[in-house]
Amino acid sequence: MNSEPLIDLAHISVAFRSPAGRVAALQDVSLCVQAGERVGLVGESGSGKSTMARVLLGLQKPDQGTVRVGGVNPFALSAAQRKSFRRSIQLVFQDPYGSLNPRLTIGQALSEVLAVHDLAAPEERPDRVAALLEQVGLNPALAPRYPHEFSGGQRQRIALARALAVEPRVLVADEPVSALDVSVQVQILNLLADLQRQRGLALLLIAHDLAVVRYCCDRVYVMHQGQVVEQGPTAEVLDHPRHPYTANLLAAVPDLDAALAAVEPGS
Amino acid sequence: MHFGPPSAPIRAVNQVSFEVQRGEAVGLVGESGCGKSLTALSLGRLLPEPQARWVGGRIRMDGHDVMSLSESELRRWRGRRLAYVFQEPSSALNPVLTLERQIREVLRLHRPEADTVEEVQRLLGRVGLTDGQRVRRSYPHQLSGGMQQRAVLAMALAGQPDLLIADEPTTALDVTVQAQIMELLSTLQRETGMALLLITHNLGLVARATHRLYVMYAGRMVEQGPTLDVLRHPAHPYTRALLRAVPRLRAGGVLEGIPGTVPHGSERPTGCVFHPRCDRRREACTSVDPDWSAVNEHHQARCPFWK
Repeated sequence: MNSEPLIDLAHISVAFRSPAGRVAALQDVSLCVQAGERVGLVGESGSGKSTMARVLLGLQKPDQGTVRVGGVNPFALSAAQRKSFRRSIQLVFQDPYGSLNPRLTIGQALSEVLAVHDLAAPEERPDRVAALLEQVGLNPALAPRYPHEFSGGQRQRIALARALAVEPRVLVADEPVSALDVSVQVQILNLLADLQRQRGLALLLIAHDLAVVRYCCDRVYVMHQGQVVEQGPTAEVLDHPRHPYTANLLAAVPDLDAALAAVEPGS
Repeated sequence: MHFGPPSAPIRAVNQVSFEVQRGEAVGLVGESGCGKSLTALSLGRLLPEPQARWVGGRIRMDGHDVMSLSESELRRWRGRRLAYVFQEPSSALNPVLTLERQIREVLRLHRPEADTVEEVQRLLGRVGLTDGQRVRRSYPHQLSGGMQQRAVLAMALAGQPDLLIADEPTTALDVTVQAQIMELLSTLQRETGMALLLITHNLGLVARATHRLYVMYAGRMVEQGPTLDVLRHPAHPYTRALLRAVPRLRAGGVLEGIPGTVPHGSERPTGCVFHPRCDRRREACTSVDPDWSAVNEHHQARCPFWK
């Protein structure tokens, strides 16, 4: 923890106007992620998780507070700086189908990223695309196929390949496995963990599933109604929650072990 | 149950047998594309015919042959004998009618003697919508997702069904709301004596809410038995693999995915449907479609090599 954190959000407040008046989406929220750290952000709908992600991606200017990602303020960038900022932080969404252009083959989609960021000369691109696909566990021979020809898990691998193509320092994954089946979920989580380790990425995992966060993250922030109500090492927060909201959330999780430990079925 | 042209049928559900006793809570688990929802929809004959073709088997409910019911009989059957609760409450509700109108529609059809404001209020209270005066005049968009799902439950209860089929009823809801709805479902099931068929991919939910469990894979039932017995002592390699893949709140260790994906209905393998992904595969599995093997008196798995 000696160097400057890769993500450093301090005292962020964001409010939206609605017919009912101002709605505080974030209230004095601070969050930091070090290089190579895996951090979870959990909370229910409306807790402010996604607004938080939008702030650190430079998409939502906060009313108050400071934002530094990779040492820069994403809201004070020239056009050239913005391009390099976009390279340093990448995003993977819940529904990979919605984030892939249906009219581009996945080979074209990945080449496009390399072209936009001047990462490979045209003749080198096919090899780079093949290497990227291999890294996420896909057969490079699949490059000429279109997104609809892939399963949900495969699409999420493609989305990961595209995010990693620009060699980012930070990966924000917003509910990356909640649309996937449980057997595929684990494949993607394990892949995410491998890639994170190999590349020393900072990972911010936004999720509602506490068990997923337990599996993947060193530290966790628990959000409720626009505030961080608890934070700390994942095991400590989940095993010994201090805030009543965290305890409520944990009690609500239909955890398999807890259910199997119960004596009476169906009660 | 087959889909598609007779020349190239998609075998969606294949020789699936299961039963639900009166008042019993039964779980049906499996991944997407396993045929869980098709099985549930066929109980109310809700699949489009003739696109969905019935190629064999029978469905009996309370001694009646569901397959031979006429369309007008089916209209009285659905809602009264069995009712559904689906994943997305907003699409189960009519956006331009108040909740009162929608609930009374069910009452008028199935229990005309109870078609009153008082009964609407009582039903809403029953599902925890205690501000019934206000809620009954509300339109669906004025309610949160959790309240909408409660309203759907009230509509389902209005017909006093013998069987409630809940297909991923909480998947679209936040975890604290999910816990409330599951609690409510279990309470209603116990107190009204209706049977519950809970369809979900979430093993933690069925463990809490059901007595018996069916595990489905690629259009077939692969394991069945008392819920806790199946989850504590899984026999079929698919059930075991599924359990190894579930992230736990308190456990460490590395989780294992199941290599590959569920095969599509048009490309189901020969022999045991699970053999391409199975870690205990043997020669025979590629050609012989296994029958049930007894694990114990009440617990069976469709795998001869489960031991």
